[in-house]
Amino acid sequence: MAALLELREVDARYGQVRALHGVTLTVGEGEIVALLGANGAGKTTTLRAVSGMVKREGSIAFSGRELRHEGPEGAARLGIAHVPEGRGTFSELTVWENLRLGAIIRRGSINADAKRVLALFPWLETRRNQQAGTLSGGEQQMLALGRAMMQRPRLLMVDEPSLGLAPLVVAEIFRILKELNERDGTTILIVEQNARNSLAAANRAYVLETGHVAYEGSSESLMQHEAIRRSYLGY
Amino acid sequence: MQSITTIRKPTTPGGWIIPGLLVGFALFLLIGSLKSPLFAQQTVAGLANGGIYASLGVALVLIYRATQVINFSQGALATFTTYIAWQLMQWGLSYWPAFVLTLGIAFAGGILVELIAIRPVERRGNILTVVIASIGVLILVEGAVGWIWGAEIRFMPPAFPAHTIHVGSVAFSVQDLGTIGVSIASVLVLWALFQFTKLGLAMRAAALRPEAARFVGVRVSWMLSLGWGLAAVLGAVAGMMAAASPSVLLQPNMMDGVLIYAFAAAVVGGLESPAGAVIGGLAIGAMLNLLGSYVSWVTPPLLLPAAFVVMLIVLLVKPSGLFGRTQVRRV
Amino acid sequence: MKSLFRWELVLIGLVCVAVALAPFILSDYNRSQGADVAVYVMAILGLNIVTGYTGQISIGHGAFMAIGGYTTAILTHNHGWNDIATLPVALLAGFVAGLIVGIPALRFHGAYLALLTFAFALAVPQIAKNYSHFTGGTEGLALPTHSGLWLYGVAWSAAAVIYVWTWLLLRGRTGRAFQAARDSEIAAASSGVSLSVYKTFAFGMSAAFAAVAGSLFVLINNFVNPDVFVLTLSLYVLLGAVVGGLGSLWGVLIGAAFIQLLPIGLTSSTLVSSSSVPVVFGAIVILVMALIPRGSAEVLRVALGLPNRIRSSHDASTPQSLEAR
Repeated sequence: MAALLELREVDARYGQVRALHGVTLTVGEGEIVALLGANGAGKTTTLRAVSGMVKREGSIAFSGRELRHEGPEGAARLGIAHVPEGRGTFSELTVWENLRLGAIIRRGSINADAKRVLALFPWLETRRNQQAGTLSGGEQQMLALGRAMMQRPRLLMVDEPSLGLAPLVVAEIFRILKELNERDGTTILIVEQNARNSLAAANRAYVLETGHVAYEGSSESLMQHEAIRRSYLGY
Repeated sequence: MQSITTIRKPTTPGGWIIPGLLVGFALFLLIGSLKSPLFAQQTVAGLANGGIYASLGVALVLIYRATQVINFSQGALATFTTYIAWQLMQWGLSYWPAFVLTLGIAFAGGILVELIAIRPVERRGNILTVVIASIGVLILVEGAVGWIWGAEIRFMPPAFPAHTIHVGSVAFSVQDLGTIGVSIASVLVLWALFQFTKLGLAMRAAALRPEAARFVGVRVSWMLSLGWGLAAVLGAVAGMMAAASPSVLLQPNMMDGVLIYAFAAAVVGGLESPAGAVIGGLAIGAMLNLLGSYVSWVTPPLLLPAAFVVMLIVLLVKPSGLFGRTQVRRV
Repeated sequence: MKSLFRWELVLIGLVCVAVALAPFILSDYNRSQGADVAVYVMAILGLNIVTGYTGQISIGHGAFMAIGGYTTAILTHNHGWNDIATLPVALLAGFVAGLIVGIPALRFHGAYLALLTFAFALAVPQIAKNYSHFTGGTEGLALPTHSGLWLYGVAWSAAAVIYVWTWLLLRGRTGRAFQAARDSEIAAASSGVSLSVYKTFAFGMSAAFAAVAGSLFVLINNFVNPDVFVLTLSLYVLLGAVVGGLGSLWGVLIGAAFIQLLPIGLTSSTLVSSSSVPVVFGAIVILVMALIPRGSAEVLRVALGLPNRIRSSHDASTPQSLEAR
């Protein structure tokens, strides 16, 4: 299984404050990898480093090719779909326009992709012309995932998909993520505070603490690790 | 940058005042036109002016929506492109081919201005510096017109034949009708571009939520340049229609006054709504012309102060304009 | 802003000497051009008070100059007043006009205020054109001529008075209140400074000074009509303020000299025709905004290694100064 995304000794800073220290992690093709940690641990910063939105040192390679601060537009064109914290939904535009935007840089017909998205979220069909801002939080998250799928990404990075959502909705979202991975083979990197759901869905995980990787391993081994259980799983 | 929460204002009781006034005004125009041929003519003439204000107003809104910058050079750019059209006609091109070619040149010119004068300033500064830079562009471009073509008044060949169309006892000039038609058509074409094309969607996304747009791969800064290009095209339409009208002569500062009327139009629409700018422009055009015709103490020099007063009142009473959204500034 | 550094005293001395001696080496015509510089100094000082210090952007100061100019013209032409006696009246007229504008201005931020003052600058000359009974309309009013020396002396005396007045205004409580109003509305409001009063007062003083500048402008040209106060005048005043540096008293002198002397320098070198001057000016504004938004006074200060006055970091590039949202 080839490494699709590889971070090596990545340091990142916001002005004078260092947010990431020597972060090394890989995401293999076809995997679901979770990036866990408390608030402020550097999870979002890691994603932003991949998207070229923050000053960083170290090596980030996507599909064998070094990334050089292309910015999120460049990352999107390489096949990385980044669903940011807060979903990045265009509230003023309609549901359908949001989906269209996912495929905006792709040439050719988007009908096949639209069908796939609607198969996954059939309720979107009835809401096509509704303003995206009027959807509920969970619906907006699903719309964001739908938009990401329209990009036909090789790597899907999702930042805090469960934020502000009810447990039932969260479960549904993780189920969808798993389905995307199993059905389409989409490689997924999930950043989450919610460790339980993430570990259940992911193959492997990394735990960040104050900007560096504290733990890594398969989900099962992390779930049994005592320190992790106590700090992140609550038992 | 401060974050903004955009609240879509539902229809509040106060929110009906301006739309109500406009509907009332429209009815007034209709009834007056039916009763008096002169009134009808003046209304149409006023609407023709209004079409010009509307196109320039939409250009202003385009740029403001995307960047929160008020482009003070919009009028000067329109003047420059109008002079180019004039020059093309001097070199032998007939009117409409020159018109179309000028639109293309205006598009390129607008993009150029954004790349050269605005983007370098935007990178380092804030809105104030960009506004001042746009004033620099105003000075430069108006100066360039004077430098290249001189300050003498020139005459633009007419766009439309000098016929009149008679409907009942009313005589409408083809000139006026043509101006209204061209202005509305250009705004509609632009609207269609934004609503129905991929590029238009990308531009709207870039204007509404630049960071989210970047995530889907939209090159936001390039969208901005295109926006300036399109705004310049609308400005060129406004300029050429203005030069064709009897009250505006081709001279370097010819769009200064029109710019104010266009600002007033844009403000009525809330600076963020193209539809509002169109309605505002038409309303202001009709209103000012009727005031000038029927109210004796409103002489031509007072029209501009009148527009200023309108702008002031709208901004005092309902700053978000007709269709504007109330924006809460999060501290 | 409390006390002067030693280098500033030296510089002030040099400037005063230069200004005082200049008329002796200049021709009479050049002296009236020197008087023009004083006019710009006063106008830019005025603009600086609202835009540089209280952060209320105004592109309409030409309108206040028009008010002062017409006051002087009407009093001298129609009522036979002595020229210099009209200056205090113009000051007062400007002050009142500034208050009247300043009150609604409180409600508008940044871009909207710029828009309204821009429209105001265009509207006022139109009003002058309309009420031609008083103002002579487009034909204008002619005024008695004066020698270049007289104009130079009067203009620079007025400029000196206003410059010192501004300096005194800004060093005290008022100045601190102005800066507080500009830099942080919330902090200023919570510290008990009545923002509205100070901001309106700033507008009043600013307009008053511009009005005096307008009076002298009219006296120098010994003529007034609406075209004298064309839009370009307002824009050039802004240009001078910005090139010199908003919020800098030294910048005012640099800016005024720049507006008056650059065109002369350009045209006399026969490289460039006079009609290209606006093009150069426009280009310079853009360059200044792109490269040195704080203005040349700041650049010079840094280049000469001079110590900084304790001053809030306001300049054209500070985010608070223009809130269009």
